[in-house]
Amino acid sequence: MTATMTKAKAPKASARDRRGAPRAARRRGPSAYAVLVALIALAGIMLIPFLVVVANALKTPEEYAANGPLAPPEGFNLDGVRDFWERVDFGHVLLNSVLISGSVAVLAVLLSVLNAYALGIGRIRGRMWVLVLLLMANTLPQEALVYPLYYLSKQLGLYDTRLSVIIVFTVVQSAFGTYLLSSVMSAFPRPLLEAARIDGANRWQVLWRVVVPVVRPTLSVLLVFFFVWTWNEFLIPLVFLISNENQTVSVALGVLQGQRLMDATMSSAAALLGLLPTVLFFLVFQRTLSRGLTAGAIK
Amino acid sequence: MTTRDGGAGRPRAGLRSRERLAYLPYLVPGVLLFTAVIGVPFLMNLGTSFTEWSGVGSPRWVGLDNYRELAEDAEFWASFRHNVLVIVGMAIVPTAVGLVLASVLTDVIDRRFGPRTAAALRACVYLPQVLPVVITGVVWSWLLAPENGAVNELLDAVGLGSLAHDWLGDPATALWSVLGVMVWMQIGFPLVVFMSGLQRVDPSLYEAAEIDGAAWARRFWHVTVPQIRPEIFVVLLWTTIAALKAFPQIFVLTKGGPGGATNVPSYYSYVSFFEKTDVGYGSAIATVLTLIIIALTVVFLRVQGRDLGEER
Repeated sequence: MTATMTKAKAPKASARDRRGAPRAARRRGPSAYAVLVALIALAGIMLIPFLVVVANALKTPEEYAANGPLAPPEGFNLDGVRDFWERVDFGHVLLNSVLISGSVAVLAVLLSVLNAYALGIGRIRGRMWVLVLLLMANTLPQEALVYPLYYLSKQLGLYDTRLSVIIVFTVVQSAFGTYLLSSVMSAFPRPLLEAARIDGANRWQVLWRVVVPVVRPTLSVLLVFFFVWTWNEFLIPLVFLISNENQTVSVALGVLQGQRLMDATMSSAAALLGLLPTVLFFLVFQRTLSRGLTAGAIK
Repeated sequence: MTTRDGGAGRPRAGLRSRERLAYLPYLVPGVLLFTAVIGVPFLMNLGTSFTEWSGVGSPRWVGLDNYRELAEDAEFWASFRHNVLVIVGMAIVPTAVGLVLASVLTDVIDRRFGPRTAAALRACVYLPQVLPVVITGVVWSWLLAPENGAVNELLDAVGLGSLAHDWLGDPATALWSVLGVMVWMQIGFPLVVFMSGLQRVDPSLYEAAEIDGAAWARRFWHVTVPQIRPEIFVVLLWTTIAALKAFPQIFVLTKGGPGGATNVPSYYSYVSFFEKTDVGYGSAIATVLTLIIIALTVVFLRVQGRDLGEER
């Protein structure tokens, strides 16, 4: 119990420390610089494939054939990108992905919070088994669900709709959220809950005014994970979204890749357009997250 | 966890359980959606695994025939052995490396070079995680291509041209190449989860340890690892399960080839469904995979429950 108390107080203490004694304790020995250099090298290795993609997306097919994949592009040629954009009506496909992933991220976080409140804070009887059961949503291989889901969605008239994919992935993603949040909430300081209850707050108010603000950093991490995971899903969207107007980025690219109609420069143009939105989203999230964390700590 | 409620709280036991029941309504939406989207389809799949069915017409009941066939299927067992290696590439290596990286970034980089440097480095390592698997497949099968592939050209450029290779096309290297791509893809996930966990840790703990003269390795084992133990469990379980469902990675990189050298059960079930249209057999493979995953999850949660219970 004492362990959880110190844990919960830690963020406040750290914020105070960082403001109070800012950079005084910093010592940069040679070993610290060695670590920094090693990490920068690792970061470089992680980034090289991205650079190769960008470089080749800007080449003409002739240039690629003549100079190979490693040469830097001679000019700024967006023909490959434009060709690909027009061929798959990429703007529309992008909108579908944003709509589906965004809806799933918000709905799945909401569902995770409700589930985790009952399991982690409520500690209802048999919570371990409920948790294991809910976890199956994300742990089951989707191959074991895709045939029956296909069949059922046809019966319900939901086949080839974006709504069907949103519903499926809200449930699938919320399993991880429930697991992580239950684990975090079970370490929630009980006296804080009891104090709120004594002050006359009901369970619903305790959830939104006491519990959610404290676990907010975890929620923003979950929001990002859910968005990205749904964006990247392939098998179920491929089976469910057969008409062009409903396709997601992954499905459109997968279909095109399967047809083997793309040359090397168009492949990299496709890869560039496919990864740009998620990279952009991620860069934005980086800032929101660090801001969110500080805001939470000062309160 | 349960031991705490035992002796001391006995007189209030009735109140306790009523108190707990009041939280049940919060579980209703989750349970209803789960039943419709996961429960019912799963049982339907289980039913299909006892039948012979091509996807059209009515399935024919064959009892355990599919499972008997599976037990003698050498291709199925080979795919299983490959999956053990995939667990190393997608779960064990990324978790271990992610733990060390998270600790170094928090303990050394953040404190010596500032949080901005740490965040930037974290972003670079996490970046492959945001890539859709389909895109990763497009990128890497092209980087690893035998003719004109960037990896071979790079080896050539640094004078190691003799190592140039058909990385994904040679049965001897295909699986290892896939594992390498998987480590590249996967490593950012443990890193981000561990670093967000380390935000909870009071920096004065590290400072105290440092003043006491504890070297980095000691701080790693005695401060970092114990503090984020819940996250380590979550990540290890999650990545292991992901490794058992490595279908998209295999699909886009090798299609299980060459000659089944990178086949895994999840891909094998897909082939049975859509290429061999042997839906019953595919369902049986998917069911076996499911049972393994359920067993693994139960074991993990038990160990975790006991571990966290002891701490309290």
